[in-house]
Amino acid sequence: MKGTAIILLVLGTPLVQAATPGEILASYRAEATRVSPGYRPSVAQGAHLYGRQFGVSEKMPACSGCHTARPSQPGRHVVTDKAIKPLAPTANAERFTDPAKVEKWFRRNCTEVVGRECSAAEKADFMTFVMEGR
Amino acid sequence: MNTPRMLNILLVCSLLPLSVAVKADDLCLFANAPPAYQAECGSCHIAFPPQLLGAGDWRQVMATLDRHYGDNASLDEAVRRTIADFLVGHAGPPSKVGAGGGAARPGALPRLTATPWFTRKHREVPRADWSHPKVKTPSNCGACHTRAAQGSYREREIVLPDGRRWED
Ligand code: HEC
Ligand code: HEC
Ligand code: HEC
Repeated sequence: MKGTAIILLVLGTPLVQAATPGEILASYRAEATRVSPGYRPSVAQGAHLYGRQFGVSEKMPACSGCHTARPSQPGRHVVTDKAIKPLAPTANAERFTDPAKVEKWFRRNCTEVVGRECSAAEKADFMTFVMEGR
Repeated sequence: MNTPRMLNILLVCSLLPLSVAVKADDLCLFANAPPAYQAECGSCHIAFPPQLLGAGDWRQVMATLDRHYGDNASLDEAVRRTIADFLVGHAGPPSKVGAGGGAARPGALPRLTATPWFTRKHREVPRADWSHPKVKTPSNCGACHTRAAQGSYREREIVLPDGRRWED
């Protein structure tokens, strides 16, 4: 199976390992499909997650709070004011090329903003939206 | 009021990495830093100079990364330990920096911006500069120290948020 091969490629190597955004997306998609067969990544769902005001954290209510309303634009950390490079791979080629880094930030940012870890489907939706480069 | 004095007091800059094309004293504050330090502790704010907080305070910061000043900075254990060892090993002497106020309120974390040393060094900085919208928080060192991200805090590099240079 193609999906399994990609998962092995992406997750089978513990150290910093270069991957393409497409490969990382494919591995989240494969994981989501295992949980709910028939799952397809959705730009609309991804955009919703990206912009939704969760209100779980007073200072960090939404992903767009730090990453701005548009993934192709540079952002700023809402508390520290540190500049954040664009999330869209079309604007910043470093994005979504290190599976461990991607996992780490999904874990941290979803925990803070959403109040729990994001599911594989949510990660795939988010990436699909962000990779459009709007 | 001069940078060399601060360097004398706080730093032992013996083992400088000489590779990169940056002046040696810029790297002083990050001498011996493992690559993980900049990568992990320089992503949400600049990587702070380890010398500006005491060892006990760094231990507390590094033991509570999942509840990090209202954010989540958790790391896997191997990386966490590497960074903790570096910070504790290069911490400032408590007699010079003092404590970061972590124990003052239960649950509060120490801040290098709350040490007696930091307060003293910045007592001539006008209140208006701290409350300038570009500063946001005292830990935003780069709002005034233009080369803070490189670990350099020399006086001639200071540009206050309204564009004034610091000269006195
Ligand atoms: C408080 C500010 C903040 C908020 C809110 C925030 N992020 Fe981030 N995010 C960051 C920072 C800082 C980085 C890492 C800095 C960098 O790599 O430029 C980052 C990096 C990422 C990355 C890493 C991408 C890569 O490959 O480099 C992903 C994925 C991500 N964020 C997703 C999210 C999601 C999903 C949300 C909402 C649930 C979110 N972020 C909300 C600050 C934030
Ligand atoms: C996910 C984002 C994030 C990461 C990663 C992160 N921090 Fe922070 N850190 C923050 C925020 C937000 C603050 C609060 C800033 C403020 O209130 O001025 C902070 C504050 C601090 C302070 C107190 C600064 C002061 O004096 O006010 C220290 C010390 C600190 N961080 C150390 C670290 C170390 C060491 C690491 C690496 C292990 C790290 N941080 C990684 C977000 C982060
Ligand atoms: C609002 C502007 C501002 C911010 C923010 C700021 N500083 Fe400073 N800092 C100054 C000024 C101005 C001086 C020079 C003060 C003097 O000479 O009396 C200074 C001096 C210093 C010095 C030199 C002391 C000496 O004797 O040479 C250090 C080191 C320093 N700051 C570190 C920091 C660090 C670390 C941060 C962030 C945690 C920070 N500063 C945040 C304005 C700022």
